[in-house]
Amino acid sequence: MLTVDTLLIFIGLFFLTVAAIGVIRLPDVFSRSHALSITDTLGTFFVLTGVACYQGLTLADVKVFLILFALWHLNPVISHAVLRAALRNGVRPWVKEKK
Amino acid sequence: MFTLYHFFFLFLTILILVYMYRVFQGPTVYDRILGLNGVSTKAILLLTILGSLYGRLEMFVDIALGYALLNIIGGLAVGKYLEQKRTREC
Repeated sequence: MLTVDTLLIFIGLFFLTVAAIGVIRLPDVFSRSHALSITDTLGTFFVLTGVACYQGLTLADVKVFLILFALWHLNPVISHAVLRAALRNGVRPWVKEKK
Repeated sequence: MFTLYHFFFLFLTILILVYMYRVFQGPTVYDRILGLNGVSTKAILLLTILGSLYGRLEMFVDIALGYALLNIIGGLAVGKYLEQKRTREC
């Protein structure tokens, strides 16, 4: 029952879970964005490759990899724009308090 | 019949709820924008999983592609808007 596509999607869901835990637990916006980028690289790669393996090689797989290309190249641009706005508007990065 | 793809669908829905916690709770506005970015990435994955579930991937993948482009334009627009000098006080 565990074929190639479900195995790839399971690996992708593992990375998505790690990213969600990081987004909940980490202390400020910069480190949360760092956790979120796991979703954009490894999570979407494994899930979309698994979905593309499901039906065999069709024209829809080309569009699936087009989505993957768009997510890989343009989600870092969004993160950069938002975090640059945060840094210029005076959000200080979290540092550990010294005793 | 409950297949593995139904399980993937439910799991991604729960992950979207986890991100919605950050969207509602986030201390600054940037947390909310990044949380929404994560939610829309999950929604794109959810649409492709749904296409596999119905056996019509070639229809759902077009919707997912359009949603990806909308997400990118929206995120960039809000990011550049918040960077302006006029809106720095909020």
